[in-house]
Amino acid sequence: MRLYEVEVASRLLLGTAQYPSPSILAEAVRASSADIVTVSLRRESGRLREGQDFWSLIRELGVRVLPNTAGCHSVKEAVTTAEMAREIFATDWIKLEVIGEADTLQPDVFGLAEAARILCADGFSVFPYMTEDLVVADRLLEAGCKVLMPWGAPIGSGKGLNNPFGLRALRAHFSDVPLIIDAGVGLPSHAAAAMELGYDAILLNTAVAKAGDPPAMARAFALAIEAGRAAYLAGPMEARDMAAPSTPVIGKPSLTG
Amino acid sequence: MRITINGVERELAAATLAAALKALDYGGSIVATALNGHFVPARKRETTKLAEGDRLEIVAPRQGG
Repeated sequence: MRLYEVEVASRLLLGTAQYPSPSILAEAVRASSADIVTVSLRRESGRLREGQDFWSLIRELGVRVLPNTAGCHSVKEAVTTAEMAREIFATDWIKLEVIGEADTLQPDVFGLAEAARILCADGFSVFPYMTEDLVVADRLLEAGCKVLMPWGAPIGSGKGLNNPFGLRALRAHFSDVPLIIDAGVGLPSHAAAAMELGYDAILLNTAVAKAGDPPAMARAFALAIEAGRAAYLAGPMEARDMAAPSTPVIGKPSLTG
Repeated sequence: MRITINGVERELAAATLAAALKALDYGGSIVATALNGHFVPARKRETTKLAEGDRLEIVAPRQGG
């Protein structure tokens, strides 16, 4: 899979928040085989220096980071956060979130398109967190995005794919664009279902971090994503309403009395 | 002068952003800065002057989804 000219082996992108401990986070990242993890920027105290240890841990894992603009509700906030992230993490990659609604954490797609335009023009490689709207997708591609990240369901909800029809339509309309399901995935079966639809990758956090055994769940997701991808490439059968016998009908012996 | 640092107002004598970071014990820490909502790159901290009422944000890497 190529994301902004970078060849990536794993189709699982893992978030780094909400783990029971730093060591469990590190174990989960290793178990997931993820090449990319998401990170954020938050206020740092000169005395406590909480961020420095976290950053050392991530660097030791040897993974690529995708910084986010989580919690930003305006274009200006998101752009400034992206600028700070580029300096700190030394990457042009940015997971662009412009949140529009507090209960669903759904993106403000108008602000998202505007922020994407500004950041793409400034040389960023933008990974926009979006709804599955076809027109929004078009606007983001026009803005310069080369990857799209539609939600499966609201962030942290674990509900899976709320709108399979919309996600199928998005996949069909933009067959050449890398599409990553971002948010809402709760179970490996959700991730497999998205991969079977032809999605290129899955970005998730809570489903692994809040599992009873995060490293084991990370491994389960990695397997499900691999299985879903293999199934997509193998060409799934068409579903139908009525039964169709799989055993040949011709040649069945007549055994009635 | 009074400056709001990460949401907390405090008295600070530093004339520049670089001096403020030093005075606030950030020496050696990996941080990024924004002054009054605008990103200030590390290379401009020495020449960025602080003024009464400024709002300074100092951020570092943190867990994220």
